[in-house]
Amino acid sequence: MTDDPRLLRYEVEELFFAYVECLDEGEVERWPDFFTDDCLYKIISRENFERGLPLGAMLCEGKGGLKDRVVSVTTTSVYHDRALRHLLSNIRVKGVANGVIDVQANYAVLETLTNEFTTVFNAGKYLDKLVREGDGLKFKEKLCVFDSVMVPTSLIFPI
Amino acid sequence: MNESLPYKWPEEGNSRIPYWVYSDPRVYEREQERVFGGASYSFVALEADIPNPGDFKRTKIGDRPVVVVRDTDGGVNVLVNRCAHRGSRYCYREHGNAKEFTCPYHQWTYDLTGALISVPFRRGVKKQGGMPDDFRLEDHHLEALKCALRGGVVFASFDHTMPAFEDYLGPKMLGYFDRVFDGRELSILGYSRQRMRANWKLMFENLKDPYHASLLHVFLVSFGLFRADNPSQVQMDEKTGMHSVQVSRRGEQKASEGTREMRQFDQGLRLHNPEMLQPVPEFPGDATVVMQTIWPNLIVQQQSNTLAMRQIQTLGPEVFELHWTFFGYADDDDGMTMRRLRQANLMGPAGFVSIDDSEVMEAAQFGLGKYPDAEAVVEMGGRGVEDQDHMVTESSIRAFYDHYRNVMGF
Repeated sequence: MTDDPRLLRYEVEELFFAYVECLDEGEVERWPDFFTDDCLYKIISRENFERGLPLGAMLCEGKGGLKDRVVSVTTTSVYHDRALRHLLSNIRVKGVANGVIDVQANYAVLETLTNEFTTVFNAGKYLDKLVREGDGLKFKEKLCVFDSVMVPTSLIFPI
Repeated sequence: MNESLPYKWPEEGNSRIPYWVYSDPRVYEREQERVFGGASYSFVALEADIPNPGDFKRTKIGDRPVVVVRDTDGGVNVLVNRCAHRGSRYCYREHGNAKEFTCPYHQWTYDLTGALISVPFRRGVKKQGGMPDDFRLEDHHLEALKCALRGGVVFASFDHTMPAFEDYLGPKMLGYFDRVFDGRELSILGYSRQRMRANWKLMFENLKDPYHASLLHVFLVSFGLFRADNPSQVQMDEKTGMHSVQVSRRGEQKASEGTREMRQFDQGLRLHNPEMLQPVPEFPGDATVVMQTIWPNLIVQQQSNTLAMRQIQTLGPEVFELHWTFFGYADDDDGMTMRRLRQANLMGPAGFVSIDDSEVMEAAQFGLGKYPDAEAVVEMGGRGVEDQDHMVTESSIRAFYDHYRNVMGF
């Protein structure tokens, strides 16, 4: 673990940027590689999160859960074509303890359906726990808390 | 709202659905009046949404905003969210707790039953203005709806002459309803909401047509959760056909005569986390799926151990919202709660299964929306509206439209 906060910040940002690039470039098969084997991934509305209600729109337990979601996106689900683009801001290292790095960041996902204008599909914050694995950082926990309870049509791809 | 519409239902009757019912604003207005505002009980809340005196939540019946509030005596009141003074929405928060409701505009204040309890400047200011001498608080109650409670579920009607909820459902449908709402206290797991660019009736049709599931939903079919060759039933209420259930039992992930025509069937598909689909039996009988549709706005979902209310709210002829409340029972252990949350991945805005439905309903609207004079062919399983002991049928869609036509005068 680096003691230099600037270096850590650089590493964290690199991970986040690579993560959203993977999703934006349509390489969802590589998405589980950003996580530890025992990870927890959850997309939850701000309403449920703030009321202490556990229901997420998407819940993946461990890398297996992520891979099942990938199968759904690439094989079983039926949906209209779209382009997605993540905008990240305010990536902040909130604390480091026992090898776990707490990171918070804002995100907005832009969605462009065929023959439609680009819209803000989903916006919220990541509340993540990162750990060092091998020579890089991975997500041990990724919580996407989205602001609007209302989802336009479907939430198909991970955020 | 009784203007005559320039439409005539196709001569074939219930085996045809004219596409003008999905897009015409005049049809939509009549639906607000007669379907949602008429002789029906709409789902508005679970009692577990508002457990304590003063707890309230906002919701809509069709597109009309109402507030559901727990009274000080433990009862539940459903009040129109429209101040009796000048019509302003008085309840600003989606949920919360209140001792009384005060409209911020002129601070008319109501108790939790909707009775007007104070009006500022009633006697004027410095002997100027004020309400007329014959102004009586009791003449200006918030509009209150007729309420029905059963098994922890709250229904409401704009029609105060409605029969008891039990008679409205009928014995057969009540039996399925009581199967899930058996008197045990419910606990809320969370809420989800989706806005769909489609007519609200397409949602009901989706749930009343079990045969699409074997063809559209690769996920369900491949893992045997719901498939045309599993033992199944489609049943309607005794009187009208406005309510229905589809009942099924889980099969195996193997090929059969039925799967030959299911082009999407993938016998080799495997889950990395198979525990997601390992249900624990918790209801009497051997059904593993019971999807009940209750006129005019509710779907009660029991797929394995994932339970949810799906409430339909309308925003116009070509837009509706689906408001999901996922729940369990207060006496669930941690393992069961986790199981319900895991299986919730099947349903909701990101559901392995329901993603397909949401996308397909929009595709239907995009297809039929601009062709009001064309019509749907609904002849799977014959042209009748009887109960069926299989799922290769559209009989409960026909039954739904049989009732719809009566209500709408088509």
